[in-house]
Amino acid sequence: MSAPPPPRPSVTNAARASSGRYSAWRLLREGLTGQRGWARAWTKATPRQRYRVVIVGGGGHGLATAFYLATQYGITDVAVLEKGPIGLGNVGRNTTLIRSNYFHPDNIRFYDFSLKLWEGLEQRLNFNAMVSQRGTLNLFHTEAQRDLFTRRANQMRLLGVDAQAVTREEVQALVPLVDLDNGRYPVLGGFLQPRGGTVRHDAVAWGYARAASEAGVNIIEHCEVTGIRREGDRVTGVYSTRGFIAADTVCLAVAGHSSHLARMAGLTLPIETHVLQAFVTEGIKPVLDVVLTYGVGHFYVSQSDKGGLVFGGAIDGYNTYGQRGTLPMAEEVTASGMTLLPGLARLRVLRQWGGVMDMTMDGSPIISKTPLTGLILNGGWCYGGFKAIPAGGLTTAHLIAHGSPHPLASHLDLGRFAAGRTVDERGVGPFPYLH
Amino acid sequence: MLRIPCPWCGERDESEFRYRGDASRVRPDAEAGVAAFNAYVYERDNPCGWHQEWWLHVGGCRKLLKVLRHTVSHEIGSVAAAGEALALPAEVDR
Repeated sequence: MSAPPPPRPSVTNAARASSGRYSAWRLLREGLTGQRGWARAWTKATPRQRYRVVIVGGGGHGLATAFYLATQYGITDVAVLEKGPIGLGNVGRNTTLIRSNYFHPDNIRFYDFSLKLWEGLEQRLNFNAMVSQRGTLNLFHTEAQRDLFTRRANQMRLLGVDAQAVTREEVQALVPLVDLDNGRYPVLGGFLQPRGGTVRHDAVAWGYARAASEAGVNIIEHCEVTGIRREGDRVTGVYSTRGFIAADTVCLAVAGHSSHLARMAGLTLPIETHVLQAFVTEGIKPVLDVVLTYGVGHFYVSQSDKGGLVFGGAIDGYNTYGQRGTLPMAEEVTASGMTLLPGLARLRVLRQWGGVMDMTMDGSPIISKTPLTGLILNGGWCYGGFKAIPAGGLTTAHLIAHGSPHPLASHLDLGRFAAGRTVDERGVGPFPYLH
Repeated sequence: MLRIPCPWCGERDESEFRYRGDASRVRPDAEAGVAAFNAYVYERDNPCGWHQEWWLHVGGCRKLLKVLRHTVSHEIGSVAAAGEALALPAEVDR
Protein backbone atom coordinates (compact mmCIF):
# COMPACT_ATOMS: atom_id res chain seq x y z
CA MET A 1 0.00 0.00 0.00
CA SER A 2 1.29 3.44 -0.89
CA ALA A 3 1.61 6.28 1.61
CA PRO A 4 -1.75 7.90 2.31
CA PRO A 5 -2.50 11.46 1.28
CA PRO A 6 -2.37 13.98 4.13
CA PRO A 7 -5.49 14.15 6.28
CA ARG A 8 -8.10 16.55 5.00
CA PRO A 9 -11.51 17.60 6.25
CA SER A 10 -14.45 15.46 5.23
CA VAL A 11 -16.07 16.39 1.95
CA THR A 12 -19.84 16.20 1.71
CA ASN A 13 -21.09 15.31 -1.72
CA ALA A 14 -23.70 17.92 -2.57
CA ALA A 15 -25.73 15.37 -4.53
CA ARG A 16 -26.39 13.33 -1.42
CA ALA A 17 -29.01 14.26 1.13
CA SER A 18 -27.32 15.40 4.32
CA SER A 19 -29.01 14.79 7.63
CA GLY A 20 -27.70 18.18 8.78
CA ARG A 21 -26.25 19.04 12.12
CA TYR A 22 -28.10 17.83 15.22
CA SER A 23 -28.52 20.32 18.05
CA ALA A 24 -30.97 21.47 20.69
CA TRP A 25 -31.84 24.40 18.41
CA ARG A 26 -32.59 21.98 15.55
CA LEU A 27 -34.82 19.89 17.82
CA LEU A 28 -36.76 23.00 18.80
CA ARG A 29 -37.07 24.17 15.20
CA GLU A 30 -38.23 20.76 13.96
CA GLY A 31 -40.66 20.55 16.84
CA LEU A 32 -42.23 23.83 15.76
CA THR A 33 -42.37 22.88 12.08
CA GLY A 34 -43.96 19.44 12.30
CA GLN A 35 -40.74 17.37 12.24
CA ARG A 36 -40.65 17.64 8.46
CA GLY A 37 -37.01 18.68 8.11
CA TRP A 38 -35.32 15.44 9.14
CA ALA A 39 -33.46 13.48 6.46
CA ARG A 40 -32.18 9.91 6.65
CA ALA A 41 -29.26 9.67 9.05
CA TRP A 42 -27.17 7.89 6.44
CA THR A 43 -27.46 7.42 2.69
CA LYS A 44 -28.61 4.00 1.50
CA ALA A 45 -25.84 3.55 -1.06
CA THR A 46 -25.82 1.18 -4.02
CA PRO A 47 -22.49 -0.56 -4.59
CA ARG A 48 -20.05 0.77 -7.18
CA GLN A 49 -17.82 -1.62 -9.13
CA ARG A 50 -14.65 -0.82 -7.24
CA TYR A 51 -13.46 0.89 -4.09
CA ARG A 52 -10.09 1.56 -2.56
CA VAL A 53 -11.26 -0.12 0.66
CA VAL A 54 -14.13 -2.55 1.19
CA ILE A 55 -15.04 -3.27 4.79
CA VAL A 56 -17.06 -6.43 5.32
CA GLY A 57 -19.37 -6.01 8.31
CA GLY A 58 -21.41 -2.96 9.26
CA GLY A 59 -21.12 -3.43 13.01
CA GLY A 60 -19.37 -1.17 15.47
CA HIS A 61 -15.84 -1.96 14.32
CA GLY A 62 -16.60 -1.87 10.59
CA LEU A 63 -18.41 1.47 10.80
CA ALA A 64 -15.80 2.97 13.12
CA THR A 65 -13.00 1.83 10.78
CA ALA A 66 -14.79 3.52 7.86
CA PHE A 67 -15.35 6.69 9.88
CA TYR A 68 -11.69 7.03 10.91
CA LEU A 69 -10.47 6.13 7.41
CA ALA A 70 -12.56 8.96 5.97
CA THR A 71 -12.07 11.61 8.64
CA GLN A 72 -8.62 10.92 10.05
CA TYR A 73 -6.71 9.18 7.26
CA GLY A 74 -8.24 10.92 4.24
CA ILE A 75 -9.49 7.77 2.51
CA THR A 76 -13.13 8.29 1.52
CA ASP A 77 -13.32 5.75 -1.31
CA VAL A 78 -14.69 3.21 1.16
CA ALA A 79 -17.66 0.84 1.20
CA VAL A 80 -19.08 -0.90 4.25
CA LEU A 81 -21.00 -4.06 3.31
CA GLU A 82 -23.55 -5.33 5.80
CA LYS A 83 -25.53 -8.54 5.40
CA GLY A 84 -28.65 -7.17 7.10
CA PRO A 85 -29.54 -3.72 8.43
CA ILE A 86 -27.00 -1.70 10.44
CA GLY A 87 -27.06 -2.31 14.17
CA LEU A 88 -28.64 -5.76 14.45
CA GLY A 89 -25.44 -7.74 15.04
CA ASN A 90 -23.27 -7.79 18.13
CA VAL A 91 -23.15 -3.98 18.33
CA GLY A 92 -26.81 -4.15 19.32
CA ARG A 93 -26.56 -7.29 21.46
CA ASN A 94 -23.90 -6.47 24.06
CA THR A 95 -24.35 -5.18 27.61
CA THR A 96 -23.00 -1.71 26.64
CA LEU A 97 -20.12 -1.51 29.13
CA ILE A 98 -16.98 0.56 28.65
CA ARG A 99 -13.87 0.31 30.86
CA SER A 100 -10.11 -0.11 30.65
CA ASN A 101 -9.39 -2.09 33.84
CA TYR A 102 -7.24 -4.76 32.24
CA PHE A 103 -4.22 -6.66 33.54
CA HIS A 104 -1.77 -6.72 30.64
CA PRO A 105 -0.06 -3.31 30.15
CA ASP A 106 -0.52 -3.37 26.37
CA ASN A 107 -4.22 -4.06 26.84
CA ILE A 108 -4.59 -1.29 29.44
CA ARG A 109 -3.03 1.20 27.00
CA PHE A 110 -5.21 0.04 24.12
CA TYR A 111 -8.51 0.00 26.04
CA ASP A 112 -7.75 3.29 27.78
CA PHE A 113 -7.13 4.87 24.40
CA SER A 114 -10.60 3.61 23.53
CA LEU A 115 -12.04 5.09 26.73
CA LYS A 116 -10.50 8.47 25.86
CA LEU A 117 -12.08 8.30 22.40
CA TRP A 118 -15.45 7.46 24.01
CA GLU A 119 -15.07 10.58 26.15
CA GLY A 120 -15.04 12.88 23.11
CA LEU A 121 -17.10 10.70 20.77
CA GLU A 122 -20.47 12.42 20.94
CA GLN A 123 -18.99 15.81 20.00
CA ARG A 124 -16.95 14.23 17.22
CA LEU A 125 -19.91 12.32 15.77
CA ASN A 126 -22.49 15.02 16.57
CA PHE A 127 -24.67 12.18 17.90
CA ASN A 128 -25.97 11.55 21.40
CA ALA A 129 -24.61 8.11 22.34
CA MET A 130 -25.50 8.61 26.01
CA VAL A 131 -21.95 7.98 27.19
CA SER A 132 -22.34 7.65 30.96
CA GLN A 133 -19.17 7.36 33.03
CA ARG A 134 -20.85 6.07 36.15
CA GLY A 135 -17.92 3.95 37.32
CA THR A 136 -17.12 0.24 37.15
CA LEU A 137 -16.93 -1.51 40.51
CA ASN A 138 -15.29 -4.96 40.73
CA LEU A 139 -15.87 -6.77 44.00
CA PHE A 140 -13.43 -9.15 45.69
CA HIS A 141 -14.22 -11.85 48.20
CA THR A 142 -10.90 -13.37 49.29
CA GLU A 143 -7.50 -12.09 50.39
CA ALA A 144 -5.90 -13.56 47.28
CA GLN A 145 -8.39 -11.79 45.06
CA ARG A 146 -7.64 -8.53 46.88
CA ASP A 147 -3.94 -8.99 46.08
CA LEU A 148 -4.70 -9.70 42.43
CA PHE A 149 -6.99 -6.67 42.08
CA THR A 150 -4.49 -4.46 43.90
CA ARG A 151 -1.79 -5.53 41.49
CA ARG A 152 -4.09 -4.81 38.56
CA ALA A 153 -5.09 -1.41 39.96
CA ASN A 154 -1.44 -0.51 40.60
CA GLN A 155 -0.52 -1.50 37.07
CA MET A 156 -3.28 0.74 35.75
CA ARG A 157 -2.18 3.67 37.93
CA LEU A 158 1.42 3.27 36.77
CA LEU A 159 0.11 3.77 33.24
CA GLY A 160 -1.85 6.86 34.26
CA VAL A 161 -5.27 5.17 34.27
CA ASP A 162 -7.76 5.76 37.08
CA ALA A 163 -8.30 2.96 39.60
CA GLN A 164 -9.03 3.12 43.29
CA ALA A 165 -9.50 0.70 46.15
CA VAL A 166 -12.90 0.71 47.81
CA THR A 167 -13.53 -0.63 51.32
CA ARG A 168 -16.37 -2.91 52.30
CA GLU A 169 -18.20 0.01 53.91
CA GLU A 170 -17.81 2.10 50.78
CA VAL A 171 -19.21 -0.76 48.70
CA GLN A 172 -22.24 -0.74 50.95
CA ALA A 173 -22.65 3.01 50.45
CA LEU A 174 -22.16 2.80 46.67
CA VAL A 175 -24.48 -0.17 46.16
CA PRO A 176 -26.92 -0.64 49.04
CA LEU A 177 -28.49 -3.57 47.17
CA VAL A 178 -25.43 -5.79 47.63
CA ASP A 179 -25.68 -8.53 50.23
CA LEU A 180 -22.23 -8.05 51.78
CA ASP A 181 -22.49 -11.26 53.83
CA ASN A 182 -23.93 -13.48 51.17
CA GLY A 183 -23.38 -16.75 52.99
CA ARG A 184 -20.36 -18.34 51.39
CA TYR A 185 -18.74 -15.35 49.71
CA PRO A 186 -18.72 -12.24 51.92
CA VAL A 187 -17.63 -9.06 50.11
CA LEU A 188 -14.28 -7.81 51.42
CA GLY A 189 -14.10 -4.73 49.22
CA GLY A 190 -13.82 -3.62 45.66
CA PHE A 191 -11.88 -1.73 43.08
CA LEU A 192 -13.41 1.12 41.18
CA GLN A 193 -12.61 2.63 37.83
CA PRO A 194 -14.55 5.92 37.97
CA ARG A 195 -14.22 6.53 34.21
CA GLY A 196 -15.85 3.20 33.33
CA GLY A 197 -19.53 3.15 32.49
CA THR A 198 -22.10 2.50 29.79
CA VAL A 199 -22.98 3.78 26.32
CA ARG A 200 -26.19 3.38 24.37
CA HIS A 201 -25.04 0.74 21.89
CA ASP A 202 -27.56 1.34 19.09
CA ALA A 203 -26.59 5.00 19.03
CA VAL A 204 -22.95 4.00 18.53
CA ALA A 205 -23.81 2.12 15.34
CA TRP A 206 -26.13 4.86 14.11
CA GLY A 207 -23.74 7.67 15.06
CA TYR A 208 -20.75 6.13 13.30
CA ALA A 209 -22.89 5.21 10.28
CA ARG A 210 -24.22 8.73 9.95
CA ALA A 211 -20.85 10.41 10.40
CA ALA A 212 -19.11 8.00 8.01
CA SER A 213 -21.84 8.53 5.41
CA GLU A 214 -21.51 12.31 5.75
CA ALA A 215 -17.78 11.93 5.16
CA GLY A 216 -18.36 10.12 1.86
CA VAL A 217 -18.34 6.43 2.85
CA ASN A 218 -20.84 4.17 1.05
CA ILE A 219 -22.87 2.17 3.57
CA ILE A 220 -24.45 -0.74 1.73
CA GLU A 221 -27.01 -2.71 3.70
CA HIS A 222 -28.52 -6.07 2.70
CA CYS A 223 -25.33 -7.00 0.86
CA GLU A 224 -23.94 -10.35 1.97
CA VAL A 225 -20.41 -11.32 1.00
CA THR A 226 -20.44 -14.79 -0.56
CA GLY A 227 -16.82 -15.10 -1.66
CA ILE A 228 -13.43 -13.42 -1.71
CA ARG A 229 -11.47 -13.14 -4.96
CA ARG A 230 -7.83 -14.12 -4.73
CA GLU A 231 -5.17 -13.72 -7.38
CA GLY A 232 -2.23 -15.68 -6.02
CA ASP A 233 -1.49 -14.27 -2.59
CA ARG A 234 -3.38 -11.05 -3.24
CA VAL A 235 -7.03 -10.35 -2.45
CA THR A 236 -8.66 -8.23 -5.15
CA GLY A 237 -12.29 -7.96 -4.18
CA VAL A 238 -15.40 -9.66 -2.85
CA TYR A 239 -18.33 -11.49 -4.41
CA SER A 240 -21.61 -10.43 -2.87
CA THR A 241 -25.33 -10.89 -3.25
CA ARG A 242 -25.18 -7.57 -5.14
CA GLY A 243 -22.39 -8.57 -7.50
CA PHE A 244 -18.60 -8.51 -7.55
CA ILE A 245 -16.98 -5.50 -5.90
CA ALA A 246 -13.28 -4.89 -6.55
CA ALA A 247 -11.06 -3.41 -3.84
CA ASP A 248 -7.40 -2.64 -3.19
CA THR A 249 -7.92 -3.61 0.43
CA VAL A 250 -10.58 -5.83 1.96
CA CYS A 251 -11.05 -5.56 5.72
CA LEU A 252 -12.99 -8.22 7.60
CA ALA A 253 -14.85 -6.83 10.62
CA VAL A 254 -17.32 -9.63 11.21
CA ALA A 255 -16.45 -10.87 14.70
CA GLY A 256 -18.47 -14.02 15.41
CA HIS A 257 -18.09 -15.12 11.81
CA SER A 258 -14.43 -14.27 11.08
CA SER A 259 -13.55 -17.95 10.56
CA HIS A 260 -16.30 -18.26 7.96
CA LEU A 261 -15.15 -15.21 5.96
CA ALA A 262 -11.46 -16.08 6.30
CA ARG A 263 -12.18 -19.55 4.95
CA MET A 264 -13.52 -17.90 1.77
CA ALA A 265 -9.99 -16.56 1.30
CA GLY A 266 -8.43 -19.90 2.20
CA LEU A 267 -7.24 -18.97 5.70
CA THR A 268 -7.71 -20.82 8.99
CA LEU A 269 -7.76 -18.58 12.08
CA PRO A 270 -6.94 -19.14 15.77
CA ILE A 271 -10.60 -18.55 16.60
CA GLU A 272 -13.63 -20.50 17.79
CA THR A 273 -17.20 -19.18 17.80
CA HIS A 274 -19.06 -19.16 21.12
CA VAL A 275 -22.29 -17.60 22.38
CA LEU A 276 -22.64 -15.07 25.20
CA GLN A 277 -26.02 -14.32 26.72
CA ALA A 278 -27.45 -11.11 28.11
CA PHE A 279 -30.58 -10.41 30.11
CA VAL A 280 -32.73 -7.40 30.98
CA THR A 281 -35.36 -7.10 33.68
CA GLU A 282 -38.48 -4.98 33.82
CA GLY A 283 -37.84 -1.30 34.47
CA ILE A 284 -37.65 -0.10 38.07
CA LYS A 285 -36.73 3.14 39.83
CA PRO A 286 -33.00 3.97 40.00
CA VAL A 287 -31.28 1.48 42.33
CA LEU A 288 -27.83 1.02 40.81
CA ASP A 289 -25.64 3.86 39.59
CA VAL A 290 -22.41 1.97 38.94
CA VAL A 291 -21.52 -0.99 36.76
CA LEU A 292 -21.11 -3.84 39.25
CA THR A 293 -19.20 -7.09 38.79
CA TYR A 294 -19.25 -10.07 41.11
CA GLY A 295 -15.91 -11.65 41.99
CA VAL A 296 -17.09 -15.21 42.52
CA GLY A 297 -19.45 -16.20 39.77
CA HIS A 298 -19.10 -14.46 36.45
CA PHE A 299 -21.77 -11.77 36.73
CA TYR A 300 -21.98 -8.09 35.81
CA VAL A 301 -24.91 -5.73 36.00
CA SER A 302 -25.85 -2.13 35.27
CA GLN A 303 -29.12 -0.24 35.17
CA SER A 304 -30.23 1.12 31.84
CA ASP A 305 -31.70 4.58 31.41
CA LYS A 306 -35.09 2.92 30.94
CA GLY A 307 -34.70 1.36 34.38
CA GLY A 308 -34.10 -2.28 33.49
CA LEU A 309 -31.23 -4.14 35.08
CA VAL A 310 -29.00 -5.33 32.24
CA PHE A 311 -26.82 -8.27 33.18
CA GLY A 312 -24.76 -11.12 31.85
CA GLY A 313 -22.12 -13.68 32.72
CA ALA A 314 -19.70 -16.04 31.03
CA ILE A 315 -19.92 -17.63 27.59
CA ASP A 316 -21.97 -20.82 27.41
CA GLY A 317 -18.79 -22.86 27.17
CA TYR A 318 -18.84 -24.85 23.95
CA ASN A 319 -18.58 -23.97 20.25
CA THR A 320 -21.84 -22.70 18.84
CA TYR A 321 -23.23 -20.43 16.16
CA GLY A 322 -26.70 -20.49 17.78
CA GLN A 323 -27.57 -16.86 18.58
CA ARG A 324 -29.85 -17.80 21.46
CA GLY A 325 -28.00 -19.07 24.55
CA THR A 326 -28.71 -22.18 26.59
CA LEU A 327 -30.59 -22.70 29.84
CA PRO A 328 -27.79 -24.07 32.09
CA MET A 329 -25.82 -20.84 31.70
CA ALA A 330 -28.95 -18.72 32.11
CA GLU A 331 -29.50 -20.50 35.43
CA GLU A 332 -25.88 -20.02 36.50
CA VAL A 333 -25.88 -16.31 35.67
CA THR A 334 -29.15 -15.59 37.46
CA ALA A 335 -28.04 -17.68 40.46
CA SER A 336 -24.82 -15.65 40.68
CA GLY A 337 -26.83 -12.46 40.44
CA MET A 338 -29.22 -13.47 43.20
CA THR A 339 -26.35 -14.44 45.52
CA LEU A 340 -24.95 -10.94 45.17
CA LEU A 341 -28.21 -8.99 44.87
CA PRO A 342 -30.98 -10.96 46.58
CA GLY A 343 -33.46 -8.27 45.50
CA LEU A 344 -33.04 -9.44 41.92
CA ALA A 345 -35.36 -12.33 42.81
CA ARG A 346 -38.28 -9.90 42.92
CA LEU A 347 -37.80 -8.79 39.33
CA ARG A 348 -39.02 -10.44 36.17
CA VAL A 349 -36.59 -10.95 33.32
CA LEU A 350 -38.17 -9.32 30.30
CA ARG A 351 -35.78 -10.48 27.63
CA GLN A 352 -32.84 -12.82 27.16
CA TRP A 353 -30.74 -13.05 24.03
CA GLY A 354 -27.43 -14.36 22.71
CA GLY A 355 -24.70 -13.07 20.45
CA VAL A 356 -22.03 -15.24 18.86
CA MET A 357 -18.46 -14.09 19.11
CA ASP A 358 -14.96 -14.86 17.98
CA MET A 359 -13.14 -16.42 20.94
CA THR A 360 -9.42 -16.35 20.21
CA MET A 361 -6.87 -18.80 21.54
CA ASP A 362 -5.45 -16.25 24.00
CA GLY A 363 -8.60 -14.26 24.77
CA SER A 364 -7.31 -11.07 23.10
CA PRO A 365 -8.49 -9.54 19.82
CA ILE A 366 -6.78 -9.54 16.44
CA ILE A 367 -6.12 -6.36 14.42
CA SER A 368 -3.70 -7.49 11.80
CA LYS A 369 -2.49 -7.98 8.30
CA THR A 370 -2.94 -11.55 7.11
CA PRO A 371 -0.74 -13.85 5.01
CA LEU A 372 -2.67 -12.46 2.00
CA THR A 373 -1.79 -9.03 0.59
CA GLY A 374 -4.78 -6.70 0.68
CA LEU A 375 -6.66 -8.59 3.39
CA ILE A 376 -6.91 -6.99 6.84
CA LEU A 377 -8.53 -8.66 9.84
CA ASN A 378 -10.34 -6.89 12.65
CA GLY A 379 -11.82 -9.68 14.78
CA GLY A 380 -11.38 -12.05 17.66
CA TRP A 381 -13.08 -9.61 20.03
CA CYS A 382 -14.09 -12.36 22.45
CA TYR A 383 -16.72 -10.68 24.62
CA GLY A 384 -14.92 -7.33 24.86
CA GLY A 385 -15.58 -5.85 21.46
CA PHE A 386 -18.04 -3.12 22.33
CA LYS A 387 -15.80 -1.06 24.61
CA ALA A 388 -13.04 -1.29 22.01
CA ILE A 389 -15.06 0.07 19.08
CA PRO A 390 -13.41 3.54 18.84
CA ALA A 391 -9.86 2.27 19.33
CA GLY A 392 -10.45 -0.83 17.21
CA GLY A 393 -11.80 1.29 14.38
CA LEU A 394 -9.05 3.89 14.58
CA THR A 395 -6.18 1.41 14.78
CA THR A 396 -7.65 -0.71 11.96
CA ALA A 397 -7.97 2.42 9.82
CA HIS A 398 -4.34 3.22 10.63
CA LEU A 399 -3.27 -0.26 9.55
CA ILE A 400 -5.20 0.06 6.27
CA ALA A 401 -3.93 3.58 5.54
CA HIS A 402 -0.28 3.14 6.50
CA GLY A 403 0.23 -0.58 5.96
CA SER A 404 1.81 -0.85 9.39
CA PRO A 405 0.15 -1.39 12.77
CA HIS A 406 -0.82 1.49 15.05
CA PRO A 407 1.64 1.50 17.99
CA LEU A 408 -1.20 0.86 20.46
CA ALA A 409 -2.41 -2.24 18.60
CA SER A 410 0.84 -3.78 17.39
CA HIS A 411 0.59 -6.49 20.07
CA LEU A 412 -2.69 -7.71 18.54
CA ASP A 413 -1.16 -9.11 15.34
CA LEU A 414 -1.96 -12.54 13.98
CA GLY A 415 1.69 -13.57 14.10
CA ARG A 416 1.79 -13.53 17.90
CA PHE A 417 0.54 -17.12 18.19
CA ALA A 418 3.29 -18.78 16.17
CA ALA A 419 5.86 -16.43 17.71
CA GLY A 420 4.84 -17.26 21.29
CA ARG A 421 3.78 -13.68 22.15
CA THR A 422 0.20 -14.46 23.13
CA VAL A 423 -1.64 -11.81 25.17
CA ASP A 424 -3.40 -14.05 27.66
CA GLU A 425 -5.16 -11.88 30.29
CA ARG A 426 -6.24 -14.82 32.41
CA GLY A 427 -3.26 -17.07 31.80
CA VAL A 428 -5.33 -20.11 30.88
CA GLY A 429 -3.65 -21.15 27.64
CA PRO A 430 -5.03 -21.92 24.18
CA PHE A 431 -8.53 -22.91 25.30
CA PRO A 432 -11.13 -20.43 23.98
CA TYR A 433 -13.93 -21.91 26.09
CA LEU A 434 -12.02 -20.94 29.25
CA HIS A 435 -11.32 -17.30 28.35
CA MET B 1 -29.75 -28.33 27.39
CA LEU B 2 -27.62 -31.12 25.94
CA ARG B 3 -28.24 -34.78 26.70
CA ILE B 4 -25.04 -36.68 25.94
CA PRO B 5 -25.28 -40.46 25.55
CA CYS B 6 -22.19 -41.73 27.38
CA PRO B 7 -21.18 -45.20 26.12
CA TRP B 8 -20.59 -46.30 29.72
CA CYS B 9 -23.22 -44.45 31.76
CA GLY B 10 -26.09 -43.89 29.33
CA GLU B 11 -27.72 -40.58 28.42
CA ARG B 12 -26.79 -37.86 30.89
CA ASP B 13 -27.30 -34.13 31.36
CA GLU B 14 -24.59 -31.77 30.07
CA SER B 15 -23.99 -30.52 33.62
CA GLU B 16 -22.19 -33.82 34.33
CA PHE B 17 -19.63 -33.08 31.62
CA ARG B 18 -16.77 -30.66 31.04
CA TYR B 19 -16.13 -29.42 27.52
CA ARG B 20 -12.54 -29.95 26.36
CA GLY B 21 -12.57 -28.45 22.86
CA ASP B 22 -11.95 -29.46 19.28
CA ALA B 23 -11.19 -33.17 18.85
CA SER B 24 -10.27 -33.02 15.18
CA ARG B 25 -6.72 -31.72 15.66
CA VAL B 26 -4.01 -34.36 15.48
CA ARG B 27 -0.63 -33.79 17.13
CA PRO B 28 2.04 -33.53 14.42
CA ASP B 29 5.31 -35.40 14.36
CA ALA B 30 7.82 -33.96 16.85
CA GLU B 31 10.06 -32.71 14.03
CA ALA B 32 7.20 -31.25 11.96
CA GLY B 33 8.23 -27.65 12.60
CA VAL B 34 6.68 -24.41 13.91
CA ALA B 35 3.98 -24.03 11.24
CA ALA B 36 2.60 -27.52 11.89
CA PHE B 37 2.60 -27.01 15.65
CA ASN B 38 1.04 -23.55 15.30
CA ALA B 39 -1.76 -25.14 13.29
CA TYR B 40 -2.17 -27.91 15.88
CA VAL B 41 -2.16 -25.70 18.98
CA TYR B 42 -3.89 -22.56 17.70
CA GLU B 43 -5.71 -22.89 14.38
CA ARG B 44 -9.28 -24.18 14.37
CA ASP B 45 -11.67 -24.97 11.53
CA ASN B 46 -14.51 -23.59 13.68
CA PRO B 47 -17.24 -25.12 11.51
CA CYS B 48 -20.78 -23.82 11.36
CA GLY B 49 -22.20 -27.36 11.32
CA TRP B 50 -20.93 -30.72 12.57
CA HIS B 51 -18.05 -30.43 15.06
CA GLN B 52 -15.92 -33.17 16.63
CA GLU B 53 -15.22 -32.34 20.25
CA TRP B 54 -13.95 -33.71 23.56
CA TRP B 55 -16.26 -33.98 26.56
CA LEU B 56 -14.96 -35.24 29.91
CA HIS B 57 -17.58 -37.07 31.97
CA VAL B 58 -16.43 -35.62 35.31
CA GLY B 59 -19.74 -36.29 37.04
CA GLY B 60 -19.89 -39.91 35.88
CA CYS B 61 -17.33 -42.42 34.65
CA ARG B 62 -14.60 -39.72 34.34
CA LYS B 63 -13.77 -40.93 30.85
CA LEU B 64 -12.96 -38.62 27.97
CA LEU B 65 -15.49 -38.91 25.15
CA LYS B 66 -15.38 -37.89 21.53
CA VAL B 67 -18.69 -36.32 20.51
CA LEU B 68 -20.04 -35.20 17.15
CA ARG B 69 -22.33 -32.22 17.74
CA HIS B 70 -23.95 -29.68 15.43
CA THR B 71 -22.90 -26.10 16.28
CA VAL B 72 -26.20 -24.54 15.19
CA SER B 73 -28.89 -27.05 16.23
CA HIS B 74 -26.76 -28.57 19.06
CA GLU B 75 -27.95 -32.03 17.95
CA ILE B 76 -25.62 -34.85 19.06
CA GLY B 77 -24.73 -36.97 16.03
CA SER B 78 -22.58 -39.70 17.56
CA VAL B 79 -20.42 -40.45 20.61
CA ALA B 80 -17.32 -42.63 20.87
CA ALA B 81 -14.60 -43.49 23.36
CA ALA B 82 -11.54 -41.22 23.18
CA GLY B 83 -9.45 -43.74 21.25
CA GLU B 84 -12.12 -44.68 18.74
CA ALA B 85 -13.07 -43.03 15.47
CA LEU B 86 -16.40 -41.19 15.33
CA ALA B 87 -19.03 -42.07 12.76
CA LEU B 88 -18.94 -38.89 10.65
CA PRO B 89 -21.57 -37.67 8.19
CA ALA B 90 -20.36 -37.32 4.61
CA GLU B 91 -20.17 -33.49 4.69
CA VAL B 92 -17.57 -33.35 7.49
CA ASP B 93 -14.02 -32.62 6.38
CA ARG B 94 -11.56 -35.06 7.88
